[in-house]
Amino acid sequence: MTMAATQDDPHHLGVLATVTHEGPAPKRIVTGYGFWIFLLSDIVMFSCFFATFAVLSGQTAGGPTGAQLFDLKNVAIETACLLLSSFTCGMASIAAEERNTFWFQVMMAVTCILGLAFLAIEFREFADLVARGAGPSRSAFLSAFFTLVGCHGGHVSAGILWLLTMMAQVFAKGFRADIQRRILCFALFWHALDIIWVAVFSVVYLLGSAA
Amino acid sequence: VPFTRQEGLINLLGKLTWDAVPWSQPIPLLAGGVVIVAVLAVILWVIVRGYLPYLWNEWITSVDHKRIGVMYLLLALLMLLRGFIDALMMRSQQAVAYHAEGYLPPEHFDQIFSAHGTIMIFFAAMPLMIGLMNLVVPLQLGVRDVAFPTLNSTSFWLTATGALLVNLSLVIGEFARTGWLPYPPLSETTYLPGVGVDYYLWALQISGVGTLLTGINFVTTILKIRAPGMNYMRMPMFCWTALAANLLIIAAFPVLTATLGMLILDRYLGFHFFTNEAGGNMMMFINLIWAWGHPEVYILVLPAFGIYSEVVSTFSGKPLFGYRSMVLATMAICVISFMVWLHHFFTMGAGPNVNAIFGIASMIIAVPTGVKIYNWLFTMFGGRIRFTTPMMWSIGFMVTFIIGGLTGVLVAVPPADFLLHNSLFLVAHFHNVIIGGVLFGAFAGYTYWFPKAFGFRLHEGYGKAAFWLWLIGFYVAFFPLYAVGFLGMTRRMQHYDVAEWRPWLMVAGVGAIIILAGIVCQVLQLVTSIRDRESLRDVTGDPWDGRSLEWATASPPPVFNFAVMPDVTGEDAYWTMKRRAKAQAKDPDYEPIEMPRNSPTGFICAFFATFMGFAMIWHIWWMVILGLVGAYATFVVFAWRDHDEYEIPADEVARIDRANLAARRDLVTAAGALR
Repeated sequence: MTMAATQDDPHHLGVLATVTHEGPAPKRIVTGYGFWIFLLSDIVMFSCFFATFAVLSGQTAGGPTGAQLFDLKNVAIETACLLLSSFTCGMASIAAEERNTFWFQVMMAVTCILGLAFLAIEFREFADLVARGAGPSRSAFLSAFFTLVGCHGGHVSAGILWLLTMMAQVFAKGFRADIQRRILCFALFWHALDIIWVAVFSVVYLLGSAA
Repeated sequence: VPFTRQEGLINLLGKLTWDAVPWSQPIPLLAGGVVIVAVLAVILWVIVRGYLPYLWNEWITSVDHKRIGVMYLLLALLMLLRGFIDALMMRSQQAVAYHAEGYLPPEHFDQIFSAHGTIMIFFAAMPLMIGLMNLVVPLQLGVRDVAFPTLNSTSFWLTATGALLVNLSLVIGEFARTGWLPYPPLSETTYLPGVGVDYYLWALQISGVGTLLTGINFVTTILKIRAPGMNYMRMPMFCWTALAANLLIIAAFPVLTATLGMLILDRYLGFHFFTNEAGGNMMMFINLIWAWGHPEVYILVLPAFGIYSEVVSTFSGKPLFGYRSMVLATMAICVISFMVWLHHFFTMGAGPNVNAIFGIASMIIAVPTGVKIYNWLFTMFGGRIRFTTPMMWSIGFMVTFIIGGLTGVLVAVPPADFLLHNSLFLVAHFHNVIIGGVLFGAFAGYTYWFPKAFGFRLHEGYGKAAFWLWLIGFYVAFFPLYAVGFLGMTRRMQHYDVAEWRPWLMVAGVGAIIILAGIVCQVLQLVTSIRDRESLRDVTGDPWDGRSLEWATASPPPVFNFAVMPDVTGEDAYWTMKRRAKAQAKDPDYEPIEMPRNSPTGFICAFFATFMGFAMIWHIWWMVILGLVGAYATFVVFAWRDHDEYEIPADEVARIDRANLAARRDLVTAAGALR
């Protein structure tokens, strides 16, 4: 081995030391990657609320249980709205990729309406529970329920604000490279909320009604 | 429920009244008055001397990672002083409070130890580490900035918001009286209805968002933005430890956010997560908070390990011994740190088997840490060691940290922990690892990279004096606490009646004074170094004969860091270049460089966040809404801008770079002439 080679690889890493690296990744990759990591951290936060719900789900303090409160038909409609909105969000992403402003705006608008429908149903459910004396301060179980489901609802609300901002931005500025990156992030966000909702649906409502 | 109809939405000042200022308590009033006068004096000086535009354009709105790093360090050092004053008050109170009330009433004493812990961890230790990462990581990776520069600025200003809110509690209202982690049910409104806990909660929620964004930013930077040829096994060790620490931030800080969020819901809307009644479970808080809290310890100490690795390797004139095992040990600690949280509350009564598992897991962490210690020792072995100040801090660390680690293994034994839990033995242990590990590392890094940031070195004499005073002061201040811990003294006592404790506490007080002398030396070091900066000037950008890429550019580096992105061909990238005299060979082909524009987004967001946090603490609901709307509007304005980059022409790049290359050539020529 020559002198120079020894200095290049002082720890005899062999093949590990010679793996090539092209340099900084393009912006689209960097932005998408960073946003993925944000989503992971968001999922960690949700996992805390899930764990808390699991611990407190039996602590009804003599109040109503999930089986007495949940209306699965309602939840099924909610779920349908959200899953469908993920599909239309995907269509909007394709339209953005094709730089088709018309279909982008239409699909984003449909996504928005489905999201608002989801929120309206959730709001009605919450208002109904509070009216029946089953608000979040009734028991630890209801505290955990309102927080977990409400945190998801809060995310959907923030998503809708973001969605409307993106519609306005595409309207004002067109499909600029940075706006395309934002659309990518928004789509990732919206789909991630679906994944979390599937977990909420299964853990909170399905398991909760069975108990 | 605090939110009542009487309070309403329109109530102009919420719970805030004239009585929020502690008129009857001279100590906080005086301290707050001094701080306010000092801040006003600085602001006035800045305005009168006409520095405001410079400050706004070059620092406050800067998205340059080096400037942000310097601002983090400045914030951290100020908060370190604040936290240290708290420490002096506690030590002096305990030195005099034998069979007596001392000079600090219990409500005030409780706020002091809570503020001390909160400030030292969140607003001194964290910004020290994040500041050094900001300053160094992009330079070591050979790139021009972090992945998301404006986000980086936002992170800093949100951290500053948190620090501001904690310090505001000194004069408006009160701070938490719970200790640095607000354990329920004490922290619930039933027992602490005042604003103290709310100050804690909102300061940490806001700065926690900043920290999380930093984590996202740095993981993306390290994984996706590196110079050509800089593969993973060529990254300097500090980059590896920064990666590990930021991965921990991403996984741990959302847990903190969720946990504090639940306590907020309990306090503001009458939820029952951690209350005594309605099925609440306070032990869940303690589990959750330590699921964040234990990784947090490693978020702080892993970057410090990286600093020691750089310093020991540079000043021993050798590549780091056992690089591979160091990487492996770092990542092992990163994973295991999530599996030991329960050792913070063995006394909860989870049962012998659970305690045994967590005890063993805690002891296992000592293994990769031991690997690191041996690697540093073997790096020094056979090296040509230069005993500079950073190297002194590193050696002081090795001795001190081993002792702290050993007492850690001791408290990791559950039966022993049942005796030592919540005693001053524990306080001595964690100060032993945090001061000996994190703070010494931060000081080593501060001295080591100071010339890189400012273009001149720090005075060595004062640096060494500070080191010895800190080292001796530390042992004198904290080793007596091990002893009083064994004698049964619990932590956080405002007064006591046990005669055997008193001499130890007096000695500990003397230790605090020795540390104070060390801090005075550090202040003098900074002042004299600035005064004598011409004689301490680092002309070439490589004052220590360094090995990694931050030394390949000028000190301070130009805004674009590297005129030409370095092409990395091996580990210890800059060392390899120097051996081949590549840096001195010939002028490279300069090209224009695109750099991100400065932006006030971060500062304005933090401005609104400060108002929102303050409004939340005092239940001023209209101001909360105003803060949220303002923050959203700021984002929209930022998203709407058309130009986010500016171009530095090739001529300008060449002019800046040639000056540095000339200085380096002169040095080589001078060395040749001597020979």
